Amino acid sequence: MNQSEIQQAFLEALVSVAPDAEPDALDRDEPLREQMDLDSMDLLNLVIRLNEVLGVEVPERDYPRLDSVANAVAYLEAALQAKG
Amino acid sequence: MSLSEFQMPSLGADMDEGKLVEWLVEPGDAVKRGDLIAVVETTKAGVEVEVWEDGVIAELVARPGDVVPVGGVLALLETPNPAHPVGAKPAVATAPAAPAGAAPTQAVGPPAPAGGGVKASPRARKLARELGVDLASVPPTGPQGSVSYADVERAAERAPTAGKGPQTLRETIAAAMARSKREIPHYYLGLDVELTRALAWLEEENPMRRVAERLLPAVLLLKAVAIAAAEAPDMNGVFRDGAFRRSDAVHLGVAVSLRGGGLVAPALHDAHRLALGELMQAFRDVVNRTRQGRLRASELTAPTLTVTSLGEQGVDRVYGVIHPPQVAIVGCGRIQHVPRVVDGAVVAAPAVSLTLAADHRVSDGLGGAKFLQRIAALLQTPEAL
Repeated sequence: MNQSEIQQAFLEALVSVAPDAEPDALDRDEPLREQMDLDSMDLLNLVIRLNEVLGVEVPERDYPRLDSVANAVAYLEAALQAKG
Repeated sequence: MSLSEFQMPSLGADMDEGKLVEWLVEPGDAVKRGDLIAVVETTKAGVEVEVWEDGVIAELVARPGDVVPVGGVLALLETPNPAHPVGAKPAVATAPAAPAGAAPTQAVGPPAPAGGGVKASPRARKLARELGVDLASVPPTGPQGSVSYADVERAAERAPTAGKGPQTLRETIAAAMARSKREIPHYYLGLDVELTRALAWLEEENPMRRVAERLLPAVLLLKAVAIAAAEAPDMNGVFRDGAFRRSDAVHLGVAVSLRGGGLVAPALHDAHRLALGELMQAFRDVVNRTRQGRLRASELTAPTLTVTSLGEQGVDRVYGVIHPPQVAIVGCGRIQHVPRVVDGAVVAAPAVSLTLAADHRVSDGLGGAKFLQRIAALLQTPEAL
């Protein structure tokens, strides 16, 4: 998967847990929590969805690394590479 | 065989009418007690409504989009039982609304914004509220069929006099909360509870679980409150017709904030009897369905005690307002590190501030204090929850 495919998958996962999200309006580098109302249940749903579609298990200690679109994509890219 | 009426249910003392959104059955379908047969939209968002007797759908009287008063006929049901008492009522959808608060079995849930079952961005919801635009009537052009800010603006321009519904969000909140403050003599208690053990246990437990089965700290608190409530019956039940009725089961209401404002507190049925994993699944399911506008009617009216948390919004503690006819609400602030003295030294430890608002007609401060202390004690042995 290339970076833009990963970003697409991440944004789709985000919309699936927060249907009000407007991916086009999101600033890639700004914290997600400041751009949309996300709570810990949303974050858990997001991680579950990412696990389903990408097969990546994000441990709880790494949740802060999903704090923006750009950081999440970089994290997921590394995780997918490590998985092989 | 006889015909009985399936009526618009009362989903709260302040509900006068509801809009039929969708039928989940067709004429001729056989239904069993407890089956979900319709989706109704109220000021509390979309709600799936159960049928309360076995039978066969004879006729769908109301059509999707119809606004039907509480007690008005939605459908006719052929049942094997002798005539149902409510079957004697005229089968018209325009039957007068039951007076609010008249039905002895109804409960009030907390208010939620109108149009909660409609997909819309938070900004669009806010604008719709300000302009009095019914979100359900706005043609959506946003992502995934959601209503965007621009859609609401356009709708408001087309219909500059778009009136609010007969019962606005603010009126719903006002009625429920004013009733609470008018009728219920609240007393308030607070207790800071250390969570070192609870969080350490979660840190060990979660990596052993599949991603979809991970536990949130909130579920430990919910379970602790449910167990304590089962042991403290003066906190768990309803106050109706001048008398408190204890509930043997703990149907724990959880306040769920909706995107774009408002909240609903549906019940986690028999929360005290569920294992942590089961409670977490039920909690996740009900939060997700609340936000999708797919609650069940019985979940809105069932709570015997409510838990509300505003910790994620950054407040230290919550002083709740009891939802009538319940008699207590537990508030949960944010989990944060606080200084604690351990063996004469100051250390930082995670803690949460729990509060209790309880009904002084039913319990006293001593009982409330024991209830909070019991919750705190249960949180010190998370493995036993």
